[in-house]
Amino acid sequence: MPLIKSKKEEKKPDRGFLVFHNTSDVIRAEKILKKEGFKIRVMGPPPEHRRGCDLVIEFPLIEQLNILRILEKKSTPPIDAVPVDNPLLKPIEIVKTKDFGKYIMVRAANMKMTVEKSTLKIVNISGGGCPDVPYLAEKLIGKTLKEAPEPKQIGHTLCAYALHIAYEEMTKRCLL
Amino acid sequence: MLALIGTIPYDGFPILSGEISVKNSNILIGEKSFQIKRGFKAMIGAASIVCKELSLFPPTAFTAGDIGLGDGSKRLYEHLRNQLSGIQVSVLTFHYLMPDIFWHDQIIKAIEEMSKKPILIADAGFMYVAKMSGFAPFYDLFTPDIGELAFLADELAPHPFYTRGFICHEENNVPSLISRAYKSENASKFLIVKGENDYICSNGEIIAIIKEPNVETLEPIGGTGDTLTGIVSALVYSGYAIEDAAVMAAIINRLAGELANPSPSTQVSEIISYIPKALSIVLKSLDKKNNEIHVKGN
Repeated sequence: MPLIKSKKEEKKPDRGFLVFHNTSDVIRAEKILKKEGFKIRVMGPPPEHRRGCDLVIEFPLIEQLNILRILEKKSTPPIDAVPVDNPLLKPIEIVKTKDFGKYIMVRAANMKMTVEKSTLKIVNISGGGCPDVPYLAEKLIGKTLKEAPEPKQIGHTLCAYALHIAYEEMTKRCLL
Repeated sequence: MLALIGTIPYDGFPILSGEISVKNSNILIGEKSFQIKRGFKAMIGAASIVCKELSLFPPTAFTAGDIGLGDGSKRLYEHLRNQLSGIQVSVLTFHYLMPDIFWHDQIIKAIEEMSKKPILIADAGFMYVAKMSGFAPFYDLFTPDIGELAFLADELAPHPFYTRGFICHEENNVPSLISRAYKSENASKFLIVKGENDYICSNGEIIAIIKEPNVETLEPIGGTGDTLTGIVSALVYSGYAIEDAAVMAAIINRLAGELANPSPSTQVSEIISYIPKALSIVLKSLDKKNNEIHVKGN
């Protein structure tokens, strides 16, 4: 077995990731690209691209030109497109519900949303630590699931993203 | 000075600093009035009330508006980088700030330039970045909930959103998560782990578990962790040892919750109004000779 791999044998990455200025741009780009039918995933950046509260979009490298053109057209261009050399961090997938009788609470990662069953009114939002959590709480509490803006639409951080997962689960349980 | 640092959810709101007071269910920073709601406002409200009840100087807030874009956090970080070394602070509590490693490290530099290092308490976004930047042991107290403890225990996670699935954040797993967080140097010297039971830790060891009063309906109420951080900050500022303040704060917070007789739709402002009564109960129950608290049912 040869100790040094020939150039031909070196595994070239087939996925890349798009880096944006902030999480709200990631969320906007995710929506655009999913609507266009691209196979993309929202992931955590590798350490060398990590600033704090970050998300990146993993995409098939072969589609890079198409994707960049579409994002440019929609005024959401990334600040960088980088091949994936190491595995990206996967967002947490655990979603749990707790029944409080007249109320139901859904937890996703560090965020919790509680809804009154009879009115479908959002009565509380707890957990989280990014600055848009109190903002989201002020915008959502007191509104019904149908009236409330989606956390993904008005939030900007990973906590907002986690709250959106809780919101989607709550909507699935209460509205479908 | 007890300095409390965090953002409020108003887009473009400028840097504001001033003494904190509570009047008619509103919080005042200097002359500026805000409704008490979850987040930084609940934290400083709780701290202000405890300081007033203990006849201490009111705490000082340093804040700016940020709705999650990080602009207000950046202005606040910059302001603190320039001002902090010139302020006499004995306890410094960081709260809702956009996690940003660069700016966190600038704050560390400013703290190192202070004539005396204050007691450092961190919660929320600033606790996330304190861990992520590798400086957790520099801090005296973190106040994570169980999900955030799992994040501290996961040496690879840069945010609770990325905590790996095998690091299970369940109540029965708390001791092993605490041990893992300390082993990888991702915990502060002391911890209050908020949950069904509150765990008080000192340098990796669980020194107290607070189980009572157990009010299940507090879990969905946003801001009950913020009030705990505010209460413990004020108690530490008053001179209690961090571990004693942590135990007292956990009990006071639970008692205030119980006194409010909450449902899952109760708002944190209702609970805050019971802090003076809860504090009074705990202070009366404090066995000064043995430094133990004997609250009925606890």
